[in-house]
Amino acid sequence: MRGITKRYPGVVANDHIDLTIKPGEIHALLGENGAGKSTLMNVLYGLARPDEGEILLDGTAVEIASPSDAIARGISMVHQHFMLVPVLTVAENILLGEETMANAVFLDRKEAHRRIVDLGRRFGFEIDPEAKVGSLSVGWQQRVEILKALYRDARILVLDEPTAVLTPQETEEIFAVLRRLAAEGRSIIFISHKLYEVLEIADRITVIRRGRVVGERLPGATDEGDLAELMVGREVELTVDRGTSHPADARLIVSDLHVRDDRGSEVVSGVGFEVRSGEILGIAGVAGNGQDELIQTLIGLRRPVSGTVTLGGQDVTGHLPRAMNEAGVGYVPADRHRWGLVLPFTIADNIVLTSYYRRPFARRFVRDEAAIEKDADRAIHDYDIRTPSATVRAATLSGGNQQKVVVAREFDRDLQLLILDQPTRGLDVGSIEFIHRQTIAKRDAGTAILLVSAELDEILELSDRIAVMYRGAFVAVRDGRTADKNEIGLLMATGGVDRPAEASTEASA
Amino acid sequence: MDQLITALYSIPLLGLVFQMAGYLIAIVPPISPIILRSATPIAFGALCGVMCERSGVVNIGIEGTMLASAFTGWVVGVALAPTLGTPATELFGLTPALVIALIAAIGVALAISALHAWLSISVRADQIISGTIINIAAFGVTGYLNSIIAKSSPTSAGAFSAFQPPTALTDLPVVGWLIGMFFAQGPISMSLIVFVIALQILLFRSRWGLRTRAVGEHPKAAETVGIDVILVRYRNVIAGGLFAGLAGASLAMEATNSFQAGMTAGRGFIALAAMIVGRWTPVGSLLAALLFSSFLAIGQALSFAPPSGQLGDVLSSLPSQLYDALPYIVTIIILAGVVGRTRPPAADGQPYEREAAT
Amino acid sequence: MTGASTGASTGSRIRDVTGTVWAIIALPLIAILLAFGVGAVIILGSELLVGEPFDPLLPLTAYAALLQGAFGSFDAIVDTLVATSPLVFGGLAVAIAFKAGLFNIGAQGQFLMGALAAVAAGVAVSGQPPYIAIPIAVVAGVLGGAATGFLPGFLKAVSGAHEVVTTIMLNYIAISVLAALVSGPLKVPGSPSPVTYDVGNAGYPVVIGRDGHIGIFLAVIAVFVIRWLLYRTTLGFEIRTAGANPDAAAYAGMRPRRLIVLTMVLAGGLAGFAGVDVALGLTHQMTSSFGTTVGFDAIAVALLARSEPIGILPAALLFGAMRSGASLMQIKAGIPVELVDVIQATILLVLVATPVIRRVLHLRGTQNPLATSPTISRSYGSESVL
Repeated sequence: MRGITKRYPGVVANDHIDLTIKPGEIHALLGENGAGKSTLMNVLYGLARPDEGEILLDGTAVEIASPSDAIARGISMVHQHFMLVPVLTVAENILLGEETMANAVFLDRKEAHRRIVDLGRRFGFEIDPEAKVGSLSVGWQQRVEILKALYRDARILVLDEPTAVLTPQETEEIFAVLRRLAAEGRSIIFISHKLYEVLEIADRITVIRRGRVVGERLPGATDEGDLAELMVGREVELTVDRGTSHPADARLIVSDLHVRDDRGSEVVSGVGFEVRSGEILGIAGVAGNGQDELIQTLIGLRRPVSGTVTLGGQDVTGHLPRAMNEAGVGYVPADRHRWGLVLPFTIADNIVLTSYYRRPFARRFVRDEAAIEKDADRAIHDYDIRTPSATVRAATLSGGNQQKVVVAREFDRDLQLLILDQPTRGLDVGSIEFIHRQTIAKRDAGTAILLVSAELDEILELSDRIAVMYRGAFVAVRDGRTADKNEIGLLMATGGVDRPAEASTEASA
Repeated sequence: MDQLITALYSIPLLGLVFQMAGYLIAIVPPISPIILRSATPIAFGALCGVMCERSGVVNIGIEGTMLASAFTGWVVGVALAPTLGTPATELFGLTPALVIALIAAIGVALAISALHAWLSISVRADQIISGTIINIAAFGVTGYLNSIIAKSSPTSAGAFSAFQPPTALTDLPVVGWLIGMFFAQGPISMSLIVFVIALQILLFRSRWGLRTRAVGEHPKAAETVGIDVILVRYRNVIAGGLFAGLAGASLAMEATNSFQAGMTAGRGFIALAAMIVGRWTPVGSLLAALLFSSFLAIGQALSFAPPSGQLGDVLSSLPSQLYDALPYIVTIIILAGVVGRTRPPAADGQPYEREAAT
Repeated sequence: MTGASTGASTGSRIRDVTGTVWAIIALPLIAILLAFGVGAVIILGSELLVGEPFDPLLPLTAYAALLQGAFGSFDAIVDTLVATSPLVFGGLAVAIAFKAGLFNIGAQGQFLMGALAAVAAGVAVSGQPPYIAIPIAVVAGVLGGAATGFLPGFLKAVSGAHEVVTTIMLNYIAISVLAALVSGPLKVPGSPSPVTYDVGNAGYPVVIGRDGHIGIFLAVIAVFVIRWLLYRTTLGFEIRTAGANPDAAAYAGMRPRRLIVLTMVLAGGLAGFAGVDVALGLTHQMTSSFGTTVGFDAIAVALLARSEPIGILPAALLFGAMRSGASLMQIKAGIPVELVDVIQATILLVLVATPVIRRVLHLRGTQNPLATSPTISRSYGSESVL
C-alpha cells in the first residue's frame, strides 16, 4: 500500500500511509482507537475508497472497489465485530458469497460440509458445519471467521482486534492457528492496541498515530514502553496509579441470586457476593456468561427468580429501575447508544434523563427548562465535555464526549453503588484516563463499584478484588493486586474445573 | 350413533359446542374449495411479504399493490373484452383478453413494488411510511379512475373459471373433498400451491435463498463477503410484486369478475399477519392464510346456510355484522397470541447504507 | 449555528428568520405544487381514457372550482374550517403516537367509535340543557376513541403484536360495530333506513355563519395543549424518550410498556374527539354508512406536519380545504372527489423522496419534513421493550 490517504468530513483518517506486507509474515498494525487502522484495512478490503494512493499486489497496481474485488485477489478480513449471521449454520456462513453449487440453483451441502471439516482438521480443530453460529462461543466464532477466509483461499488475511473478546487461552489457540497459516506462506495483518500481544505474535510491527505511520519496529528490538510512546505520542504510564483503597462496610450484598434470560433459561444461578464501600469489585468473564442479566437485575431492568439484593442495609430485590436509581445505583453501560443516551435529544435532556421528574428539573409534572439547562452547563464544565452548548444534540458529539455525558449523569450524585460495564470500550487514551481517574475518585469517596468487563486488562488495572463469572456462577474470587492473569483467563474459559476447554488441546498443540 | 349425537347436543351450553363441531364437520368439506379460494389473495400477499422481509424490507404497501393490480386486471379486461374477449377455452375459461389483463395486473404490481424498493432502499425512507403512501395512492387512483369508468357501465371480460376435476375423484370417500379443495380451482389459486412449495425449497436450499436470508439478518456481513445488499433487496422486493399482483388479480379476475373501490378490504394486512404467524416461511404463511380464510368461509356459511336447532337460534340472534368482522377479530387474536414467540429477520425494516458510499 | 447571529444587524436577523422559515416550508410547498401538477396530468389523462371531447383547460377549471368551493364565500370558508377541525384532532392523534414511536393507522376506527359513542350518549341526554348534555356526549366520545386506542396499545405492550396490523383490523371491526349498533339497538324504531335519533341539545352550538360550530376553536386549543404536553411536561418527555430510544427510556425508569398503552389511549382519545367533532358539530346523528376518511387523512396531516403540533394547523387546513372544495369541483368540472386522495398521496410521496428532490432542486439546508418522525419500522413484528 503506497501513499494511502482517506479523508472524512473534518478528519484525515489516513494521511499518506505506506505499508508493505511480505508473504508468510505476521505483520502487526498497532495504534490507538481512532488512529486510522480500521480505515486503512477498509481501504485494502474495498469497503472504503482512498482519496489518494494505490495498492500494489505482487508488484502491480490493483483497484479494489468492493469486498468481492478483494476476495477475488485473495484478501480476506476478520472484522472486530464478527461478520457472522447468528441464525445461520456454520456451513451457511462460510458458504455465503462463495457458494459451492450442486447446479445452477441449489447448494451442494455435502461437498461443502466435507471441505469445511477437512479445512478445520488441517488447522487443528473439529467443527460441526450444521451448528448454528449463534450458539457457539466467541472463540469458536472466531474460528468460523478464519475458516471463512480459508475457504476463499485467502493469501492475505486481515484480523481486526481479534483477541478483544477472547480469554488468554483462547488467544493462544488462535495464535497457534495464525502461526500455521503464516508457515504456509500466507500473510497476516494483525491489528491491535495490546502491546504485549503484538510483541508476542508479530514478525514486524508498524505503528500508526493520527492517520500517519510513526514508526516500524521488529519485536526483538523494542519493548512495551517504546511502543506505547510511539502509539500515544508522549510518554505514558502503562498503568494508572490506583492508589490505596480503604474498603469499609458491605454496601451491596447479593445472595443466592437466580435470574432467567429472555428465552426463559436460567443464566445466573445462585450468585452471591458483596461489594464494600470504597472498593472496586471486578467481574471477569467471557461475554454471555450471565453478566448482562446480573447487571440488568441490579439496575432493576430484570426481575430475579429468587435470591435477594440488599443495598446499604435495605432490601431492594426486584425493585424497578426508578427505585434502584433513587436508592443510589449508577450505571455506565457498555452500549451507550442503546442504553445510555437518547441520541436525537440535547445534552441537557440526556443529563436529566434519570432525574427529569424531580426538583429542581420539574415542579409536579411541568419541566423547568431553566434549571435543566443550568445543570447541564455545570456538568459540561465539570466533566470537560467539548461542545458549543448544552442544546447540541448528543448524536453530534464524539464517542469520548458522549461517554462523558453518561459519566456526568451517573457519577454526579450521591451514589451507593456504581456499575461500570466496559466503560471505556472504543475510547481514545485521553478519555480512558479521564474515566479511570473519575472512577478512582468515586471509589475514594466511598462508593461501592462493580466493574464488569470481558477485557481482562481493565479489570486487572482497577479492581481490588476480581470475581470470575462462568456459566452464571462465580467460580473464583481473587485479590486484584496479586491476581495472575493466566489463572483468571483459564477460569474464564473453563470455570476452573480440571478439564481443558473443548477441543482446545489440539489447537494449541 | 344418532342417539348419542342427540344426547350430546342436548347438554346445556356444552351441547352448543358439540352442535358447532357437528356443523363444522358437515360444512367444511363442501366449502373447502371456498376456503382455499379465499386464502389465495391472503397467501399470495404473504408470499410477497416473505420475499420482501426475508431480505430486510418491510412492505405494508401490499394492500395498495393488490388493489392497484386488481383494478388493472379488471380495467384491461374491460378494454379488451370487445375485441379479444372470445372465444373462451374449455380450460379455466381462458380468453386472450383475460391473459393480457393478468399480465398487465402483474406488471402494475411490479412497478409499484419497484417504487417501494426505490423509496425504502435507495431513498432510505421509513419503510412503513413508504408503504402507507402506496396504500393511500392506490386507494385514491383506483377510486378516482373507477368512478370515471363506472359512469359508462362497462362490460367485464369475465373471470377465470374453476377447473372441474372428475367427479369420480371428488366423490372418493375421506380424501375426495381434499382433491376438490385443491383442484376445483381457477388457475391463480392452483398456482399458489406450486409457488408456495417452490419458494419454500428455494429459500432454504438455493444460493438465492441463502443470500436473501443473510441480507435480511445481517446485511453488513453479507456485504463483507462480496454480496451486493442493495441489489439483492431490489430484486426481492420487485419480484415480490409478482405475488402481490397475483393476489390482486385473483380478487378481480378469479373470485369475482368486477372491481369495487377498496375491494381488498384489508386482505393485504391480514396477509402480513399470516406471514408473521407463519414465521416468515412460505408454507407457514399458506397454513396461516388457510386458518384465516376458514373463518371467513365459515362466517359466510353461517349466514347462508345456518345450522338448525338450538345453535342456529343462538347464531341467528347475533347481528350479521359480527360475521363480517370475524376474520379481523380472529387476525387480532391469533397475532396477539402468536407474535411474542416469533422473531422477524434481524435487519427487517432497517435501511442499509454502504460504508463505501460515505 | 444559532450562536452565529449574535450581534448581527437587524437586517441580517430578518434574513435569518426568513431563511429558517423557508427552510421549514420550502419542501412542503414544492410537494404541494408538484402534487397539483400531477393531479392535472391525471385529469388530462383520464379525459383521454374516457374519450370525451378533450379540454386542455379542464385542470384549471377543476382547480378553480376547488378553490372556490373551499374559500369562495364566507360560508365556504366556514365550511372549510368545519372540515379542518376533525383533521386537526385526527392529525394530533397520529402525531402523538409517532412521537412515541408508534404508528397509529387506527385513527379511523377510533374516530368512528368516538363518533358512535358521542351520538349514543348525546341521544340519551338530548333533552338535558346543553351545558350538561354537551360535556357528557363529548366525554363519552373521547372515551369511546380512547378505549379503541387502548386495545392495540395493550396488545403491543403485553404480546408485541404490531400496532400497524392490529389497528387496521380494528378499523374494519369498527365499521361492523357501527353498522350493527345503528341498525340494531340505536336505530330509530320504525325508520326505513338505519339511522339514530338526533343528539338534540348535545349538539355543538353554532357560533359563526351557517355551520361554524365551537369545535373549530376546541381544535386550535387542542393543538396548544398537546404541544405543551409534549414539550413542557415530564409525561411528554417520557413519551418522546420512549419513541426515540425505548431501551434508554426503560433504564431511565420510564416504563415503556405503560407509555405505549398510555400514548395509544391519548391518541385514541384525540381521534375520538375528531369523531365527536363531526358527530356533534355536523351530522348530529349516525347512519350505518357514516364514514368519512378523517382517520386516513389524519395520517397525511401528521406526516405533512412532521408530527409537530403547530404544523398540524396548516396541514389540516390544506386537506380540509381540499375535502371541502372537492364537491364543487365534481359539480362544476365533473372530476371525482377521489382526485383529492391522489393529490394527497402525491404530496406525501414527494415528501418521502425529499433527499432526491433536494438534490434535483439544489436546496441546501432545507429540513426533511419526515426526518423527525421516528423510525417506526424498527420495532416491526415483535417488540423487545423490557
